[in-house]
Amino acid sequence: MSRRAAVLAIGLVLLALVPPVAAAIGQPFYVDVFRRVMIFAIAAISLDLILGYGGMVSFGHAAYLGIGAYAVGIPAFYGIHNGWLQWTIAIVVSAAVALLIGAVSLRTSGVYFIMITLAFAQMLYYLGNSVEEYGGDDGMRLAARSALGVVDLRNGTTFYYVVLALLVLSLAVGHRLINSRFGMVVRGVRSNEPRMRAIGFSTFRYKLVAFMVAGAMCGLAGALLVNHTEYVTPEFMHWTRSGDIMFMVILGGMGTLGGPVLGAVVLRLLEDLILPAWTQHWQAILGPFLVLIVLFAKRGLVGLLPERRDG
Amino acid sequence: MGDVLLEVRGLTKSFGGLIATNRVDLQILEGESHAIIGPNGAGKTTLIAQLAGDLRPDAGTIAFAGGDITALTAPARSRRGLARSFQITSVFRDFTALDNVALAVQAHAGHSFRFWRPARRDGTLRQPAAAVLESVGLGARAGVLAANLAHGEQRQLEIAMVLATRPRLLLLDEPMAGMGLEESQRMIDLLRTLKGSHTLLLVEHDMDAVFALADRISVMVYGRIIASGPPEEIRANAEVREAYLGEDAR
Ligand SMILES: Nc1ncnc2c1ncn2[C@@H]1O[C@H](COP(=O)(O)OP(=O)(O)O)[C@@H](O)[C@H]1O
Ligand SMILES: [Mg+2]
Repeated sequence: MSRRAAVLAIGLVLLALVPPVAAAIGQPFYVDVFRRVMIFAIAAISLDLILGYGGMVSFGHAAYLGIGAYAVGIPAFYGIHNGWLQWTIAIVVSAAVALLIGAVSLRTSGVYFIMITLAFAQMLYYLGNSVEEYGGDDGMRLAARSALGVVDLRNGTTFYYVVLALLVLSLAVGHRLINSRFGMVVRGVRSNEPRMRAIGFSTFRYKLVAFMVAGAMCGLAGALLVNHTEYVTPEFMHWTRSGDIMFMVILGGMGTLGGPVLGAVVLRLLEDLILPAWTQHWQAILGPFLVLIVLFAKRGLVGLLPERRDG
Repeated sequence: MGDVLLEVRGLTKSFGGLIATNRVDLQILEGESHAIIGPNGAGKTTLIAQLAGDLRPDAGTIAFAGGDITALTAPARSRRGLARSFQITSVFRDFTALDNVALAVQAHAGHSFRFWRPARRDGTLRQPAAAVLESVGLGARAGVLAANLAHGEQRQLEIAMVLATRPRLLLLDEPMAGMGLEESQRMIDLLRTLKGSHTLLLVEHDMDAVFALADRISVMVYGRIIASGPPEEIRANAEVREAYLGEDAR
């Protein structure tokens, strides 16, 4: 096992130990904190598939968090609580929306691509704000967490392990994907797209499918997030949320699978826990910290762990 | 030498007021080595780019292996058997030499919507790729990142990627660009091994290389092909000497 994979495995074991440790020290609130961390880690992994591996700087990735969340919230509003159904909707609708957004935005590149993905996400954000039926800008409470048969998400610890399992699954799927023929194409496009076309790859269709896979995975994260917060608002799709997810990827290390997880852990803990407890001016500290990381750890926190090329 | 493989008619491309290729007609025969020479800015790269599908012509047609390919995209042309190399080295710098060539093999091994099996352990990609690398003399450098190869080796790698697509026509844009004497000689030797077994369209500055490799030569000046013929004829052509070869040829 490579050093990075070992560190990632240790990290996952530590995550698995959070509920018993939190119970032992009488701080059950940590289960909540780390569940949220892991949900964002899944979102960040999904973004990294296109951003880090594919070189597609999508600045609207939070759109799929919102779609996934509403895919749970809206059926619940009508009394449909079947989780298998809700989560399937979350994944399928996210993939479909990614297909539409990708079909338009992937014809552009550079700054235009960034702006178009951002514009689509903002469009969905305003849509969420304007539909009064589902609470408009106030959002709506989730009447009940998704019902998954014997797996009872109302139990916070059970829900925690469901999220952990899905995080591990996302990592496994991501690992398979990036090393497959499909993954080699996506990485080749990031490396040198004109060359890819010259040797015979019609790159657009591969980029589009990668875009859909990333959207679907992030939609699942959205379905988890609404169950976690038991509330859904258009804020899930706000561009600052897209920026947050992107920063997790860059902070942790683009183009690695462990990076987004590490980035999610560090950024969430800093934003949610450490800095606010330390000083009320924490945002003024977080900014420069992030700038320093980007300047001095170009390959992210994971890049500080030296190793041969990642396979 | 056989049938016409590539038939170009009236190919025209302007950039603003500048006509980079001006009603170019060109025929490449199956099996020949055809060189295009001409001064800098004559439109050679623009011609190659249009043949490969990277640039859309303003007018004219390109027929390849009997079919009109003028409207096809670059990847579609590649899959039909046209392969280009670039004047400015273009490889996957963050992949190993073997990965570079394996990608070229993969591009011609059916679709790549295969999401599960690791491509780097796929013998049907790695073995042909390794064989091609070996054939261009990079066998010992398979595991080296392309970015860490010497300039001449990167140029060889370009040729390997071209060959890995099993093309019917190779479009080589100044394969010796930026090379030292020794590296150039190695490249000429390599191209000589392809001559005969492959159809080559070679853009080149180095006259020694051109006269050593080409069966036929076309001379391009200001976007036009002003002469076309076997090397002796081109050497003797007064117009060519005046326009291009100048003092050297005397
Ligand atoms: N993309 C472009 N935009 C504008 N002018 C171009 C472009 N590409 C080439 N040219 C111009 O077209 C002419 C032919 O260029 P090129 O085909 O690169 O010549 P060669 O390869 O024979 O040196 C040159 O004058 C060059 O400046
Ligand atoms: Mg040129």
